[in-house]
Amino acid sequence: MMSNLIRKIGGGLVLAMYSMLAQAEYALNLPTSASDIASQIFDLHTITMWIIVGIAVVVYGVMFYSILKHRKSVGHKAANFHHSTMAEIIWTVIPVIILIAMAFPATKTVLAMKDGSQADMTVKITGYQWKWEYDYQQDGVKFMSVLSTPRDQIENKVPKGEHYLLEVDNPMVVPVGKKVRILLTANDVIHAWWIPAFGVKQDAIPGFIRDSWFKADAVGIYRGQCAELCGKDHGYMPIVVEVKEQADYDKWIAEQKAKAAATAQDAGKVYQLAELKVMGEKVYAANCSGCHQAKGEGMAPVFPALDGSKTVNGPKPALFDIVMNGKAGTAMPAFSKQMSDTDIAAVASYMRNAWSNKTGDVTQSSEIKALRK
Amino acid sequence: MEAVHEHDHDHRPSGIMRWVTTTNHKDIGTLYLCFSFLMFFFAGALALGVRAELFQPGLQFMQPEFFNQLTTMHGLIMVFGAIMPAFVGFANWQVPLMIGAPDMALPRMNNWSFWLLPVAAILLVASFFVPGGAVSGGWTMYPPLYMQSGISGDMTILAVHILGISSIMGAINIIVTIMNMRAPGMTYMKMPLFVWTWFITAYLLVVAMPVLAGVVTMLLTDRHFDTHFFNAAGGGDPVMFQHLFWFFGHPEVYIMILPAFGIVSTIIPAFARKPLFGYSSMVYATASIAFLSFIVWAHHMYTVGMPTAAQLFFMYATMLIAVPTGVKVFNWLATMWQGSMTFETPMLFSIGFVALFTIGGFTGVVLAIVPVDIQLQDTYYVVAHFHYVLVSGSLFAIFAGAYYWLPKWTGHMYNETLGKWHFWLSVIGFNITFFPQHFLGLAGMPRRIPDYALQFAEFNMISSVGGFMFGLTQLLFLYIVIQCVRGGKPAGNKPWEGADTLEWTIPSPAPYHTFVTPPVVK
Repeated sequence: MMSNLIRKIGGGLVLAMYSMLAQAEYALNLPTSASDIASQIFDLHTITMWIIVGIAVVVYGVMFYSILKHRKSVGHKAANFHHSTMAEIIWTVIPVIILIAMAFPATKTVLAMKDGSQADMTVKITGYQWKWEYDYQQDGVKFMSVLSTPRDQIENKVPKGEHYLLEVDNPMVVPVGKKVRILLTANDVIHAWWIPAFGVKQDAIPGFIRDSWFKADAVGIYRGQCAELCGKDHGYMPIVVEVKEQADYDKWIAEQKAKAAATAQDAGKVYQLAELKVMGEKVYAANCSGCHQAKGEGMAPVFPALDGSKTVNGPKPALFDIVMNGKAGTAMPAFSKQMSDTDIAAVASYMRNAWSNKTGDVTQSSEIKALRK
Repeated sequence: MEAVHEHDHDHRPSGIMRWVTTTNHKDIGTLYLCFSFLMFFFAGALALGVRAELFQPGLQFMQPEFFNQLTTMHGLIMVFGAIMPAFVGFANWQVPLMIGAPDMALPRMNNWSFWLLPVAAILLVASFFVPGGAVSGGWTMYPPLYMQSGISGDMTILAVHILGISSIMGAINIIVTIMNMRAPGMTYMKMPLFVWTWFITAYLLVVAMPVLAGVVTMLLTDRHFDTHFFNAAGGGDPVMFQHLFWFFGHPEVYIMILPAFGIVSTIIPAFARKPLFGYSSMVYATASIAFLSFIVWAHHMYTVGMPTAAQLFFMYATMLIAVPTGVKVFNWLATMWQGSMTFETPMLFSIGFVALFTIGGFTGVVLAIVPVDIQLQDTYYVVAHFHYVLVSGSLFAIFAGAYYWLPKWTGHMYNETLGKWHFWLSVIGFNITFFPQHFLGLAGMPRRIPDYALQFAEFNMISSVGGFMFGLTQLLFLYIVIQCVRGGKPAGNKPWEGADTLEWTIPSPAPYHTFVTPPVVK
């Protein structure tokens, strides 16, 4: 009985393992490089690994030979030597020589990585809890980039997509073969911007600007993640860079400029509640639902519920204050820096009329504009 | 001779008061070891929570907030509650026995340094139950993220202060004991290597712990008294925290590994039946590692954006550490070479240590290379690296030392068959858990995430299976220890044929008072 059961379970496990092996792609090495720096890093890692493998063969060879032959059970008698200056010198000097040999190419790559001069373009990147902002300052184009994987996939309610957790609504876009200098900072806590295929990882530090750069070799979509623990949704702030041909990039930037102009024109526009609710729901999903949850139920005791909340349903100024200026000592950020007047007006209108909240009033962007100093 | 003295001095309170008021180094050693054992299981259970959530992509068992609490507290408690106190426990038991001293030099302070620990442990464990839960910004406590903690942020800072005071007092005690209480004839260069490594470790503690205390105090005043040490808006710098933290943090790594070197350097010669090869070079290598540990801290911070010269300096200094560490590995191999080895459990764990710690050393060299580290920083490769150093390094040495000295402490032999099972299950479980994490890191999986992209699914599943295997195996160790304490084959004065340090000249279990008249070392 028992042995039968064990055989069944064992067989099942073997089958499961087998199918896993058959289907899975077991990545064993650094990803394929898409920039010169990343290729240099790849080669450095390869050289280092081979040196290590060589040393390991010697060390483990000696060790296992000794374990096999110099054991009491095969009648080996212990020698009594305990010192050899020559041996000590040899195994101090040889590692020093190997390390110096390794330091040369490493130093060369460090110097190359640090050379951010003569960039073709500059993009300022700001980390927020938990999204990235890309600011093409020369072109006046600026947008937020947020995880676009649906919540239902994360909660295992629907099957996960191909780029689960590595997809965003608005990717960063750059031209191929151009040296892109990035200026990094953060709004709240430290984040780190990382695209493995470019060999770039740089911390984004609030209050300071750090720079780095990359030059993509080929057109394509490259994916990375925030690499510095930045709170609750650290695992949910991916980075996607779309590398386009120069002509396509130019087209893209022109579109973005047109979009920005249209938004600027709409800035003073007066909306109906129904319109604001539709706009606000999108803003809410991208910025608020991570903590306060999709139905405004919050997560006690850290993230308060908005459904039925006194602040949300009470006088408008208190609600605007907390949305625009954040709440010190908590994860609630000051959204006035991240959102347009229209977005804040829309999300306020949405929150005051969503779920069981029914104030019935609307907030127009002019009310928000008046609060900005 | 000892037996006579035993009658004269062996009066002590009974029951719980014996343990609360004890100033006896053996009792305090036992307290430290039991405490660290308890914390080891607690922090291990947290790690199993982490591995359960990471078994599959998606969120299954917990929300990200709680996941971050688990990783943070696993790290803090394993480092400060399990590994460090375990080594202090070994020092308390073994340093006086190995240098022929009747006790530690400052016995009342010894009692106090132990009894601070449960207070800190209660603060840390209780922080799970306060509003907002335990701290979740990583064991490194980086601001500004740490500023977002609730009341647990203050409880953790207070706990770290208490642990730091305890460690400093323990370290001073060890230094004073070794300097003043060695048996006649035991010059520094005749001390057992375990004593030497602890001597150097104690200095690291005395230098490094106050820096940690200082930096967490600055965090505390930033939180409550409006200082802006780490807030750029007030003229501070969040990166300064990292510099100060790692100025403590890197020596801390060696605080957790040097005593392990000492244990392994004691056990390998005993079971190879051959003296330790290159004793003096071992001492010098330990001292060099200790010195270098103070000038490599920024290799934990290659991605913060340092000047080129700083990156190069820290890269070269870090690579240099490979040299004395290599000397140690070669010396252990040379000790085994031409020996007459037997493979009881302490020896198995010691060989496991040398084999697997070396892998941690190799990946340390990979990570020292700045450009490669830029890819691997904050990925699972780093997680794999430091678990090879801390689990198959520090923890395996603790297991080795426990099996080696349990006969002396309890008077009984442990169950050798079960000990071997413990070793093999641990080695296999450990490697299944952590070896695949190298691949995860290379492929680009960041650490400290509760959920991951699908390309990482297979190795995470394997790693979780290994994690549970390793974790549950440790219950077997608990059983073996309890069984050994309660009974077993009498150990006799010297159960290990090749052992030659002073503790094996006294009866087993070691009498309550030993070396009241110092032995003479030739």
